[in-house]
Amino acid sequence: MSTTEDGILQGEFFVTGDEACAEGAIAAGCRFFAGYPITPATEIAETMSRRLPEVGGVYIQMEDELASMNAVLGASWAGVKAMTSTSGPGFSLMMENFGLGVMLETPCVVVNIQRAGPSTGLPTLVGQGDMMQARWGSHGQYEVIALVPSSPQEIFDLTITAFNLSEKYRIPVLVLSDEVVGHMSEKVVMRRAGPEELVARRRPTKPPGQYWPYEPDGDLVPPMAIAGEGYRFHVTGLTHDERGYPAMTAAAQDRLVRRLVDKIRVNRNDIIQLDEMGTEDAEVVVCAYGITSRVARRAVQQARHQGIRAGLLRLITVWPFPEERIRGLAAQAKAFVVPEINYGQMVFEVERCAGGRAKTVLVPHMGGGVHHPQSILQAIREAVQ
Amino acid sequence: MTNVVTTDGNPVDSYLRVDRMPHIWCAGCGIGAAVGCFIRAIARAGLNPDKIALVSGIGCSGRAAGYVRVDSFHTTHGRALPFATGLKMGNPELNVVVFSGDGDLAAIGGNHLIHSARRNIDMTVICINNFNYGMTGGQLGPTTPLEARSSTSPYGNFDPPFNLPHVVAACGATYVARWTVMHLRQLERSIAEALVKPGFSFIEVITPCPTLYARMNKLGQGVDVLHSYQQRCIVQNGADPREVEIGLSGPIVVGKFVDMSRPTFGDHYQKILHKAQKKR
Repeated sequence: MSTTEDGILQGEFFVTGDEACAEGAIAAGCRFFAGYPITPATEIAETMSRRLPEVGGVYIQMEDELASMNAVLGASWAGVKAMTSTSGPGFSLMMENFGLGVMLETPCVVVNIQRAGPSTGLPTLVGQGDMMQARWGSHGQYEVIALVPSSPQEIFDLTITAFNLSEKYRIPVLVLSDEVVGHMSEKVVMRRAGPEELVARRRPTKPPGQYWPYEPDGDLVPPMAIAGEGYRFHVTGLTHDERGYPAMTAAAQDRLVRRLVDKIRVNRNDIIQLDEMGTEDAEVVVCAYGITSRVARRAVQQARHQGIRAGLLRLITVWPFPEERIRGLAAQAKAFVVPEINYGQMVFEVERCAGGRAKTVLVPHMGGGVHHPQSILQAIREAVQ
Repeated sequence: MTNVVTTDGNPVDSYLRVDRMPHIWCAGCGIGAAVGCFIRAIARAGLNPDKIALVSGIGCSGRAAGYVRVDSFHTTHGRALPFATGLKMGNPELNVVVFSGDGDLAAIGGNHLIHSARRNIDMTVICINNFNYGMTGGQLGPTTPLEARSSTSPYGNFDPPFNLPHVVAACGATYVARWTVMHLRQLERSIAEALVKPGFSFIEVITPCPTLYARMNKLGQGVDVLHSYQQRCIVQNGADPREVEIGLSGPIVVGKFVDMSRPTFGDHYQKILHKAQKKR
C-alpha cells in the first residue's frame, strides 16, 4: 500500500465499501463533498472529512440532505467534481434537488447505501427497497443512471465510472449500494485514475455572447460553462429553452423533456454494464444486483451441480434498465428468478421485458439480512419443473 | 464629452437581460427597484460582473436571477442558500449573491438561513420582504404581521412573524441592514458595502405588494405604500436588532444594524487545509 505525492492512494487496502467509495471518488477527481450523517453511509462522509482536506478539496457537513444536495449542485457549477452520500431517509430528502440536478443538467454523484425501510426502518441493516425511488423519486418525467456495486472493489471502480458518466451526460449519477457492501471489509486495489480514464465535461466552444447553456451537441448533451468565466449564463429549474430562459409552453416542455430523457435512452448501450455467468445455455436466469447477486451466484453454482442449466445475469447498471438483454434472454430461457431485498421492485422490470415469453419469479426478502442461497436455489428448481 | 442617455437604452442595460423584458412584476411592485439598486451597487463597488454569481429561490423575488446578466441560477424553493454555499466553496473567487423573498429564505429555507449565518459564509443576501407570498396569490408568510389579512388569514393573521434582522444577527451574520424601496440611495450604498464585506451579509428590503398584501390590507396603491414608508420609517443605524419588529402599522426602523467582523467559513477552512496537508 502506498500514497502518491498528491495524496491519492495506490495499492492494496483492506477497507469497507464505504471507505472504498470515498477513495474511488477521490481517485476520480472529486474535490467537494457535502453531506449529513446517516447510518449506514456515515463512514463515507467521515472518510471524506479526513481525506478531502489532504488533497486540497472541500468537505462540508450541511444542516440536512436538502442542503447537501444543493451544495453539491452549486459546487459542480463552480467547476468542481462533487458528491454526496446518504441512506433511505436522507435519500428521500435529496429527491427534490436531485430533480433540480436533472433539470439543470448538473454533473455530480449521489451515493445511497440502502438500509431497510419504509421510514426510519432498520437503520443498521440491509435493504434494497430504494430501487424504484431511485428511478422515479423526484417528480416529473426524467431518466437516471444508477450503478449497483456488489463489493468494496466494485464500489471503488463504479464510483469512478459514476463520475465519468455524470460528466459525459451532464446528469447526477446514482451509486445505489447497500448496507452489507458498505460495511463489509475486503481487499480493494486502489489506483490513480489516469487522464485517459477520466472524462471531463464538455466545455463551450462558442465565446460568451454566442454560447447558450442548453444548446445540445449531436449526442443531445450540451457543453457546460461554469460560473465566473464570463459567459454570464442563466439556468433555471423552470422549463426552459436553449438559452436557459423560462419557456412556459407545451412546445418548450416537449422539446426539453424529450431531450433530457432521450440523451440517456439513445446512449444506453454506452452506459449499461452487465456481468453474466452461465447465461449462454441457461434455461433459468437469475437476475440479481448488489449484495444479493453474490448470494445468487452461489445458488446458481449449486443448481449447475444439480444438473440445472442456470445462469446469472448481474445488473451493474440498473437504470437505464437493460431491456434488450432481458428480451434476448427471454427468448431463450424458460424463467427468470429475481431475488431482491424488497417485496418486488426490479422484478416488475424483468417481467415487463420478458413480455410473457419467460415466466418471472420473485424471491423476496423484506430486509434486515440477505437471502439464504437455499431460497434462491429452491426458486430455480421450481422454475424448471 | 457629454454623456447622452437616449430613450433607447438605460445606463444599466449591460447588466440586464434586456431580451427578457418586460419582466413579470406587477405595476407598483418594489422588486424591480431593488434589482436596480443591486446592479448599480455592483458598479459602485467596482466589481467585475463576470465574477458575480447570482442565486435565487422561488417566488416573485426569485425571478431576479433571470433578469440580471451575470452567471445566474434560479433554483428550488428555499434552497438558494445551500446552492450558493456550494458555489462559494467550489470557487472562493466568486462573489456570491442570493436574491430572494422572505417566504423563500425564512420559511421553507429558514433552516438554511440560520445555518448560513452561523457558518458566516462569505456571501450577500438580499431578502425582499413584501409580507406575503406574492407568486401564489397572497398567502401569509413567516413575516406577515399579526392581524394582517392574507388569502390564508381571512380573519387576520394569528401566526407571529419573524423579525428577520434579529434572526440573522443572533445567528452570527456580520452585516445586517434594512431599507425600504423608498430608500434607494441608502439601499444601493448598503448593498455595495455588503458586496465587498467578507462574511454573511443580510439586507432586508421592505417592498410594496400592491396587488395582494396592500389590497387585502387596504393600504392603497404602490405609491400609497411608499408614502406610508415615508411616514412610518425611522432611520436608526446601530439599532438593536431585537427591537426592530414590524407591525401592521406603526414605525418601521431602517438602517444598518450590524457591521462587525469574525472569521468566515472559508477562513476557517483554509486553516484546516493547511493542517491536513502538513500532516500528510
